[in-house]
Amino acid sequence: MNIVWFWTLALMLTTYAVLDGYDLGAGALHLWLARGNQERRILLNAVGPVWNGNEVWLIAAGGMMVVSFPNVYAAGFSGFYLALMVVLWLLILRGVSIEFRSQIDHELWRAFWDAGFCLGSLLIALLLGVALGNVLHGLPIGPNGYFQGTFTLLLNPYSILTGLLTLAVLGWHGTNYLRLKTYGDLLARARRWSQQLWGAAALLVVASTAATLGLVPSTLRNFHAHPVTLVFPWLTLAGLVSGLLSRREHDQAAFRSSTAVIVGLLTSAAATAFPNLLPSTLNPAYSLTVYNAASSPYALRASFIANIVGMIGVALYSAYVHRTFRGQVQLDGHGY
Amino acid sequence: MVDAVFAHRIQFAFTVMFHYLFPILTMGLGFFIAILSSMHLATGDKRYATAARFWARIFAINFALGVVTGIPLEFEFGTNWSRFSAFGGGVFGQTLPLEGVYAFFLESGFLGLFLYGEGRVPRGVHWLAGLGVSLGSLLSGYFIVATDAWMQHPVGYVTDPSRAIRLKSFWAVLLNPYAGWQYAHTINGALLAAAFVIGGIGAFYLLSHRHQEFARVAVKMAVIAGAVLSLTQLFPTGDFDSRNVVKYQPTKLATMEGLFETEKGAPLAIIGMPDTQQGRLIDPVFVPEFLSFLAYGDFHATVNGLKAYPRELWPPVELTYYAYHIMVGLGTIFIAIMIVGVFLLWRRRLFECRWYLWILMLALPFPYIANEAGWVVAEVGRQPWLVYGLLKTADGTSANVAVGETVFTTLGFAGTYLMLGILFLFLVGRVIYQGPGGDVTEVPESVVAHPAA
Ligand code: HDD
Ligand code: HEM
Ligand code: HEM
Repeated sequence: MNIVWFWTLALMLTTYAVLDGYDLGAGALHLWLARGNQERRILLNAVGPVWNGNEVWLIAAGGMMVVSFPNVYAAGFSGFYLALMVVLWLLILRGVSIEFRSQIDHELWRAFWDAGFCLGSLLIALLLGVALGNVLHGLPIGPNGYFQGTFTLLLNPYSILTGLLTLAVLGWHGTNYLRLKTYGDLLARARRWSQQLWGAAALLVVASTAATLGLVPSTLRNFHAHPVTLVFPWLTLAGLVSGLLSRREHDQAAFRSSTAVIVGLLTSAAATAFPNLLPSTLNPAYSLTVYNAASSPYALRASFIANIVGMIGVALYSAYVHRTFRGQVQLDGHGY
Repeated sequence: MVDAVFAHRIQFAFTVMFHYLFPILTMGLGFFIAILSSMHLATGDKRYATAARFWARIFAINFALGVVTGIPLEFEFGTNWSRFSAFGGGVFGQTLPLEGVYAFFLESGFLGLFLYGEGRVPRGVHWLAGLGVSLGSLLSGYFIVATDAWMQHPVGYVTDPSRAIRLKSFWAVLLNPYAGWQYAHTINGALLAAAFVIGGIGAFYLLSHRHQEFARVAVKMAVIAGAVLSLTQLFPTGDFDSRNVVKYQPTKLATMEGLFETEKGAPLAIIGMPDTQQGRLIDPVFVPEFLSFLAYGDFHATVNGLKAYPRELWPPVELTYYAYHIMVGLGTIFIAIMIVGVFLLWRRRLFECRWYLWILMLALPFPYIANEAGWVVAEVGRQPWLVYGLLKTADGTSANVAVGETVFTTLGFAGTYLMLGILFLFLVGRVIYQGPGGDVTEVPESVVAHPAA
């Protein structure tokens, strides 16, 4: 059950990254990619009806972590206290920016919220990547299972690298999403940017893979023990290659490629980390693992059943909502 | 300098109280919107659709703030209360993800459909989406109240020698006996607040001679619903919620009532100021033996006073006492306001009675105060326990967070939320000022004033 929960959480976070990833990515490029009110409205209407639902994946994953691995939740969240508070403010800024922009029809009002949306998305993507880097690399967890994370500790070259990687991949993913939703000049620009961001993403994937292999000696352990897990890195590679091949008008294929890259990267990271959830840099015995940080077997089982039933329902109707708003954005009286 | 526990408590109290300003309307107004859109579907009357659309505009602004202020709270269990999370996550955490999985997805998925799908999806689906939004918000209320109820009255766990506590029964946690009436009372309070918002805005239009037709429907709906809801707020929901307090949290009961001495046939203090130094009420007005009756249904029953418990187990007396009396006092006033409204409606004078409309308009903020005061009673009255009888608040904080960090971020939240509050009032004010648009034809002022002409 511990292992099932590990992969359930990995799946939740991966789904979050794929879904919220495209609206974070699109938001991070918003100011430069979409020019003029018309184009910005198209972009916002592409993410408007779905961003909140996408963010719920993060909230639900957080709740699931409380119940499945409470010690990880406790140590991670309190350890990252300041960084998380900053993330919270950014999430607030971003949420109200999307929702309030269209409330008043005035140039300055819109310009302000456009900047808020862009800045919020950009920094959130970066910080989530930084957090991921720290989790992979390890934290100074003591014998009591806690650590104190200062900014100087959290911002190290490795985590900055993973932060940039996240930004590039999500930016690429965001442009690919916009390729499905937009038209006209915006579409042409999104296609062009998508190609360039592919380059940045590919470069950073290589760099951070090399850095991980160098810094985290146990990276390959699980891949040796369970060769099936090699499909994850292969998926990343396949996504990158098909991204390269599917340039030009193959918008659907491009979106599928960036999705594959995100899924591949996160599942590879999970496979690398297992069974650690938060590795300790002080002493491997202090690491929080799926065994020593978990709830009791009955709690794990009960919450798994209760949540999985709901998740199936969620998958069904979020598919319906995405279908309803599929295709190119139509601008009309109401909307963003 | 403040100590770490105090800093965490202030931060949490401030952020949760600010958050709760918004769910009140999400849950309350969502329900009324679902009713209006059902009435539109059933009768085909365009006025209901216009009204539903108008309230949905306010709902959307309110909802956005509910979402962005709710996310910090979910994080704060880990950032501020990490020892509490590690201690009981496997137990109280059962209901937390369910809120996301069963309620938030329902709401956020359907809200997009409801607000932006009109015309894109069949009418029946649009109506269902509205229903889904309302259902989702009511459900999310249940899961979060159940989480809170577990802290008020922990159930379904066993103590484990090595590791704090373990889950014993999932269903016991989900169906906590404390949660039922607490939820009913909370939702009833939210619906009541929404009735006051609808009535207050309707009264504003009537007083300023605008959107009369819309306003009449609003005021009428508010007064009828409000009369019922203000009564059910007291009985059965408030009454039975109190009985759970009597049963499970005797220190909270004594604090709420300002009862220091243990008494047989204890009196109910209507007013009076608690003096914790001397352990008595200053200038009280009592109803003899009534507290014993309310608590146990027997005028001669014995009720334990605060002095029956060690001093370090007393909650902060003044805050709990005043909050409770504010809530109950306001509740009584709400009943009076709404009963007068129904009486005027029956005499067909409601829409012309300007002094009453003034009262209805100015009453708008008070249900918010009553709702917040209620939570202060529930939460402050639980002190010094974080989980009643199991874990002290002081043992639940994050020990690895420096006080300065908490103070700094609390100030950050204060500033951010001040801005958000101003923006919210400004935007909602604009919507109200613009009024329900479109297809309701305005009855010109002159026609209303001189119907015979
Ligand atoms: C419009 C709002 C409103 C009004 C008029 C009242 N309440 Fe209330 N009350 C709430 C809104 C509320 C609430 C916000 O819903 C609370 C906070 C926590 C909770 O469970 O419900 C609450 C809590 C609360 C508690 C504490 C429960 C606990 O500690 O778990 C008691 C004993 C009462 N109420 C009783 C009453 C009585 C006897 C009222 C008589 C009129 C009353 N309330 C009016
Ligand atoms: C939304 C309505 C709520 C309001 C306005 C509210 C208000 C408060 C206040 C004022 C305190 C501080 C008490 C003190 O420090 O003396 C507090 C504490 C707390 N509440 Fe609530 N509360 C609400 C709902 C909830 C819910 C639903 C939960 C759990 C799911 C919860 C969990 C806590 C926790 C963990 C604390 C910290 C421990 C403590 O200081 O008591 N609250 N709340
Ligand atoms: C510690 C206490 C609380 C926590 C951790 C919490 C958590 C959250 C979160 C994460 C959201 C955003 C959901 C989204 O993105 O869609 C939210 C919104 C909301 N919360 Fe709270 N909340 C708390 C207190 C309460 C209380 C006491 C109630 C009602 C009784 C409540 C009812 C709602 C409702 C109706 C929303 C509306 C928005 C939505 O559902 O999406 N919350 N809350």
